[in-house]
Amino acid sequence: MRSQNCFRIVIPTLIIALMLGMWPLPDWLEYARPEWVVLVLMYWALAMPERIGVTMAWVVGLLLDVTQGAIIGQHALGLVLVVFVISTQYQRIRVFSLAQQALVVMLLLLVKQVMVLWVSGIVGQAPDIGLYFLPALTGAILWPWLFIVLRDLRRRFTVSSRF
Amino acid sequence: MQSLFLQGPSVTLRTILLVIASVVVMVADHRWQALETVRDAIESYVVYPLRYTINLPSQLVDWGDKSLSSRQQLLDDNRKLQEQQLRAQVSLQKLSVLENENDRLRKMLSAQPKVGELVLVAEILAIDLDPYKQQVILNKGRNKEVYIGQPIIDAWGVMGQVVHLGLFSSTALLISDPSHAIPVQVSRSGLRSTAFGTGNSQLLELRYIPHNADLEIGDVITTSGLGGRFPPNYPVGRITSIERAAGESFATVLAEPVAHLDRSREVLLVWHKMQVKDVVITKPVDDESRAVKK
Repeated sequence: MRSQNCFRIVIPTLIIALMLGMWPLPDWLEYARPEWVVLVLMYWALAMPERIGVTMAWVVGLLLDVTQGAIIGQHALGLVLVVFVISTQYQRIRVFSLAQQALVVMLLLLVKQVMVLWVSGIVGQAPDIGLYFLPALTGAILWPWLFIVLRDLRRRFTVSSRF
Repeated sequence: MQSLFLQGPSVTLRTILLVIASVVVMVADHRWQALETVRDAIESYVVYPLRYTINLPSQLVDWGDKSLSSRQQLLDDNRKLQEQQLRAQVSLQKLSVLENENDRLRKMLSAQPKVGELVLVAEILAIDLDPYKQQVILNKGRNKEVYIGQPIIDAWGVMGQVVHLGLFSSTALLISDPSHAIPVQVSRSGLRSTAFGTGNSQLLELRYIPHNADLEIGDVITTSGLGGRFPPNYPVGRITSIERAAGESFATVLAEPVAHLDRSREVLLVWHKMQVKDVVITKPVDDESRAVKK
């Protein structure tokens, strides 16, 4: 349980997630792009809530805002709320099966998207609602795989003995 | 020994504080544009290296494409470009005569001479931003004296303007973004209006046009230069539909942008507030790719 160890794996995964969020995709796939940063941050908040908390979420959210060209604070607000739910409920979520977790993940992704949409609406730039919530679905579908990959990574780097 | 539960109240308290902080930051950014320097710093020193890395594969493909193209293809390209150059040269000859004439006429009318413009070629990075916003990242930034509000054009017409700056990159908002509006003029009738983005890169909307306005389908709209942000007389779009609903006070007019908003790879940054009074400028500026345009 060394803290430098913990950030040695958390930071690179978050950076990769940020990059995946900007990676050029074909037009038809663009609307289904999962919110990688949110998913990865959710995993770490779930795996080690004592280290990855709301403050970390806020900082990552600000970075996400800059990469997305959004209003600064928009994604940060959504991420803080998502990680807040996880840091208070992590013991409950951990015992769920992967399918149940995916459902919770979808709900949390929806919460985050609604927050972002809400802010966009307040400043008068609300986008078309048509496919807006598709990333929540793709995120939930990807969750079990992402969970297993990140768990194996965490075990290899022996970040935490819990969970 | 680790506690089994997290410090409950402290998490809640921190969350409340961070939510308040988010709201404050959003207001500061959106209302007062107070965080451009923060955004600039994050963009330049944290995000730009990531963007550069993402853009690298497409740059490599470009490079590979160039170095692996066959001799025949290069010869063909060369011939085609020379033909194009010749044609452009011929029309330029006529243009220079016209320009001189225009100058003379302006002098006779003692009107203000046209202001010169400076352009710099920039490349759009292969990076996806929020698909619900019409934005692009350019590979020129503060290091090339790009400024916020600077117009960008492509070979066909006006594309948009710079909204955020980094040291080596900048973010441009396209004219088709729903939050963008550009003052325009119908070049045939001189009618002035404002073209709003719709979120669709093939569609602009001209608002507040009365039913009896002199407007036809196919009319070309150009920048009017009002507002001082865009230089005048650059093509913006072409009118595609006019609907004069009886119950409405204004006509619904749609236009199609002439710039290739979703296809162009290379764009031009325009400095139009250069106080160069003389119309003919021949002195090249320090940067190689920065050309002087009249």
